[in-house]
Amino acid sequence: MLDDTARPSALHGALPHGIGVGYKAQHYSDLMANAAPVEWLEIHAENYMGDGGRPLAQLRALSERFAISVHGVGLSIGGEGPLDSDHLDRLRHLVNWLNPASFSEHLAWSTHDGAYLNDLLPLPYTPATLARVSDHIDALQEAIGRPMLLENPSSYLAFEASTMSETDFLAEVAARTGCGLLLDVNNVFISAHNLGLDARSYIDAFPVQHIGELHLGGHDEDAGTHGAPLLIDSHGREVAGPVWALLDYTLARSGPRPLLIEWDADVPDWPILQAEAARAAAALARVPA
Amino acid sequence: MSDQTTFSAALLDADKPVPPGLGDGRGGPAGRRFDFYRNNVVSSLIDALEVGFPAVQKLIGPTNFRAIMGVFLRQHPPQEPMIAVYGAMLPGFLAQFPPLAHLGYLPDVARLEQALRESYHAADCTPLDPAILQNLPPETLLSARITLTPALRIIRSRWPVHAIWAYNLQDGAPKPSGVPQDVIVTRPAYDPQMAVAGPGGAAFTTSLASGAPVGAAHDAALAEAPGFDLPAILGVLISGQALHHLNSGDAQ
Repeated sequence: MLDDTARPSALHGALPHGIGVGYKAQHYSDLMANAAPVEWLEIHAENYMGDGGRPLAQLRALSERFAISVHGVGLSIGGEGPLDSDHLDRLRHLVNWLNPASFSEHLAWSTHDGAYLNDLLPLPYTPATLARVSDHIDALQEAIGRPMLLENPSSYLAFEASTMSETDFLAEVAARTGCGLLLDVNNVFISAHNLGLDARSYIDAFPVQHIGELHLGGHDEDAGTHGAPLLIDSHGREVAGPVWALLDYTLARSGPRPLLIEWDADVPDWPILQAEAARAAAALARVPA
Repeated sequence: MSDQTTFSAALLDADKPVPPGLGDGRGGPAGRRFDFYRNNVVSSLIDALEVGFPAVQKLIGPTNFRAIMGVFLRQHPPQEPMIAVYGAMLPGFLAQFPPLAHLGYLPDVARLEQALRESYHAADCTPLDPAILQNLPPETLLSARITLTPALRIIRSRWPVHAIWAYNLQDGAPKPSGVPQDVIVTRPAYDPQMAVAGPGGAAFTTSLASGAPVGAAHDAALAEAPGFDLPAILGVLISGQALHHLNSGDAQ
């Protein structure tokens, strides 16, 4: 466990309470020339685990201009087995090299029996899962020498075995480990739709004092191939109108936080992403500090 | 079986039932919602292989590629989460996959594409100043050892592997002839480039990479190809910034 002095104010101070975007290499020159209102960038840790070459050279140059948030997608914090010690070493190496403003990962599993499944897979919310996730976060925070942020998932199914709500589960993980939370507002909207929950009630129940970062992204509707249409966390379009409204609702509770736009599929030209960032900046500017 | 053992087995085998205990959050069964995860896992890994192996995809066609990669990923799922280099086992898989036995060159094309990806992500390294080589007396050069940069890859093939790669991916590239090609992949700055090595060039570079002195590497190349052209291969390695450090032997 980490020293209590590291939370939560230190987390909030790490990234600016401004707008970030998920970094795409095709936007490199645009970002260097005209990034406003973007103040910080998120990179996916696993894309920067090579030994050298252009990815690391670009990241080094970007880090001289922008605060960087390292977002891991492959640690499998919810996995039943122990964390992959080689992957922990790679994360430690990247964090030591870059000294980012923030590190975050997902409440999910993605590796089983040595095989990496390249998806964020769901977990039952039980005391056993809570113990395992907390142990893994302790190990990660020990490895990287700083607190992390844990992100809420987008859900497509529910576990009958769950005995806790997701918000209670996240609050308890934060209390046990000292980690902060990354609240993905689009994920809340998707999960609420897919599982028949109320998104605003989720926000009401969320431990907002632990929020170190907010995520926004676009989703798609799956055209009925799964019975009732599911919302899919595709990150392939503009943020939907009701998600902007849910962001306003969230910010009214949480106050200003670092706010990220994710656009990972069908990545648009920079001006379109920049316009989304401007819309997010306006939402943030409406919040009393 | 653990929950995640059952879950992951069902992800990769659509004939297995949806794992028990999953619902739609409204009291109903998960049903086809589980297919969403199945599709994500399989299609995202195939997408990654499409990005990594465009010439292989072109050679067998996009529909065959997706079907065959579905077989590959179940036999050889990624062992680590760095998807940008997933596929190191693909050449060996293709070589052993009976329906593709008639495309003997396919594994070598896959090896070349994997080499390009590995080179792209390899460690940066200061190249040797060419003036050091030029100023060396011939006998000193022959006894010297030269370490090579980490981005160098050597692909030996009994097929015209570079020509096949180019014909499938580059506009206007000529139709491959039947002449076998060895390819030297180097990375000056950040973009890997390819050069077809002349006779003995790959043997020379392989020998150098194993730590042999230049003279011994030269002998190995001559034994394989009497027409071996030392200046030509040194030109490829110098222009590709593939030479790193020269140890002239005096310091040993």
